[in-house]
Amino acid sequence: MEPRSRSFYLLAAFFTLFVIFLYGPVITIGILSFQGPRGGLTFPMNGVSLHWFFDLFEQQAVGDIWGSFRRSFALGLMVMSVTVVLSVMGGLAFRRRFRGSTVLFYLIIASLIIPSILVSLGVGLIFNILDLEVHWATSGFGSQLTWTLPFGLLIMFAVFNRFDKSYEEAARDLGASPWQTVRHVVLPIIAPMLIGVALFGFTLSYDEFARTLLTAGSYNTLPLEIFGMTTNVTSPVLYALGTLTTVFSFAIIGTFLLVVVILRRRRTKSGSDAGSGLV
Amino acid sequence: MTKTKTDPSKRAERISWLLVTPLTCVLGFFLLLPILTIVTVSFWNYNEWSFFPDFVLDNYAFHLTSAVTWATYLKTLKFMVLTWIFCAGIGFTVAYFLAFHVQSLPAQVALFLVCTIPFWTSNIIRMISWIPFLGRNGIANSSLIHLGIIDEPLEWLLYSDFAVVLAFVHLYALFMVVPIFNTMMRIDKSLIEAARDAGASGFQILTNVIIPLAKPGIMIGSIFVVTLVMGDFITVRHMSGGQSASVGRIISNEISLLQYPAAAASSVVLLCTVLLMIGVMMRFVDIRKEL
Repeated sequence: MEPRSRSFYLLAAFFTLFVIFLYGPVITIGILSFQGPRGGLTFPMNGVSLHWFFDLFEQQAVGDIWGSFRRSFALGLMVMSVTVVLSVMGGLAFRRRFRGSTVLFYLIIASLIIPSILVSLGVGLIFNILDLEVHWATSGFGSQLTWTLPFGLLIMFAVFNRFDKSYEEAARDLGASPWQTVRHVVLPIIAPMLIGVALFGFTLSYDEFARTLLTAGSYNTLPLEIFGMTTNVTSPVLYALGTLTTVFSFAIIGTFLLVVVILRRRRTKSGSDAGSGLV
Repeated sequence: MTKTKTDPSKRAERISWLLVTPLTCVLGFFLLLPILTIVTVSFWNYNEWSFFPDFVLDNYAFHLTSAVTWATYLKTLKFMVLTWIFCAGIGFTVAYFLAFHVQSLPAQVALFLVCTIPFWTSNIIRMISWIPFLGRNGIANSSLIHLGIIDEPLEWLLYSDFAVVLAFVHLYALFMVVPIFNTMMRIDKSLIEAARDAGASGFQILTNVIIPLAKPGIMIGSIFVVTLVMGDFITVRHMSGGQSASVGRIISNEISLLQYPAAAASSVVLLCTVLLMIGVMMRFVDIRKEL
C-alpha cells in the first residue's frame, strides 16, 4: 500500500465537507424540531420540548397528516411489490435480444428522463378525458411506476450482465426445468439485489411529489401534504413532521440494508456459494 | 413436455415477450399514452370552464411568441448550467476520492452508502431544511456576523437564485456521484500504474487516463441533472420564494389555472427541448454498455 499522499488528505477533507453539506441541513431541522413551545423557525433554541411533536398528533388545522402517511405507506408497498416483480421479469427477458427489445429499452430510458410534471399532466388529462376519477391507488400508482420501474430495471440489467450463466447450465444439466432453474438457482443468487430494487421502489414512491401532484385525487399522499404545509404553516411543527418522516425513511433504509447483511451472513454460514455468481 | 415442435429461438422470444408484457402495458398506459395525450391536447381549445377537441395552433403561437417564455427558458438554462457545473465538479471529486483513494472495499461501500442514503429520503424535506440555515436570522448569517465578516444579514441567501442553485446541487449531486463512481470502479488499475511507470504526473494521469475513461459516467450523471433541473417546478418555487420562474413553473401555473391545452403546448416544447439536449448527450455514451 502506498503512503497517504497530500492529495488524499485534501480529498478526504472535501469529502467530509460534502457529507456535512448533505446531512447538515437535515440535522439542523432535527435539532430545531425540539424547539420550546415559544420557539421559532430558526435558532436560538427557545427551550427544549416535545411540544411540536405532540402538536402533530393533535387535530391539525390543515390537512390530514396521519391519513396521508397511511396512504403513502400503502402506496409505497404497492409500488415496491410491482416494481420488484416487473423488474425481475424484465431483467430475465432482456438477457436475450428479442424483436422490439431496443424500442422497449429506449422507452424505459424515456421513462427516466421525461420530466415528472409531464407524466402527471398526461395521466391527469387521460383520466379527465375518459371521465374517470383520479385516485392515488390507480392513477397515482401508475404514474409512480413510471419513475420506479426504470430504476429497478436498470439495476436488474446490471445484475444480469454480471450473472454467471454456468450456474443455470449446471441446474439444467441436473434436470431442472426452466421454472425450477429460475426459482431455485437464479432468484436465490439475485436476492440481495432484489432487496435493493425493493428499497428503490418503496422510497422513491414514498417521497414522490411531482408525479402524484395531478394524479392523487382528493386524498393526498404525505409529500403532497407536507408541500401544502410549507405554504401555510410557519411553526416548527413542520420541522417535527420533517424529522419524523426522515427518521422513518432512515428506519426503512436501515431495515433493507440489515436484511441484505443477514442474507449474506446466512449464506456464508450455511456454506452456500449462492451470490458468488455475481462478480 | 409439450410435443409441439416450435423452433427454440422462437419459443425463447415468445417467453421474453410474455415476460415484458406487464411492463409494456404499464409504460404504454402511463407513459406513452400520456405523452400522446399531451401532444393531442396541445392543439385543443379552451375557455374559462373547460377544454375541448379542436385544431388550433394558438397555444403554441402564444407560448412561443411570449417574451416571458424566452426569458424563462434563459433563466432555466442558467439554473441548469450552474447546477451542472457544481454537480459535475463535486460529483467527480467525491467519486474520484472514493474510487482511487479509499483502499478497502468495505470502506468504499460504507462511504458510498453515506453518499446515497439522502437520495432515498424526501426531497421536499431536504429543501425545507435549508430554511433555518439560510434565513435572515439563520445560521449562515448569524455566524458570518459573529465572525465579523459582515455587519448586516445577507438578504440573498434564502428566496433567491442562489438558494435555488444551492438546493439543486444539494438534491442532485448524488446523481453525478453514483454513475461516475460506477465507471471509475471499472477502470483497470494497471492502466494507472502503466501511466505512472511511463512518467506521467498525478495530474497527467487524471486528465489523460481517468477523465477520458470516466466520461460515460459523467455523461449519464449529466443526463440526470439536465432533465431533473429542466423539468423542475417545485424547487424553484420553494427556494426562490415564488420570485423566480422556470419552464416547469409555467406549466404548473397553467395547470393550476386549468388552462390544460396551454399547459400541454408548453409541455411539448419543454419535452422537445429536453429530448434534443439528451439526444446530443447520448451521442457520447452507449447506455446499454454501461450497465
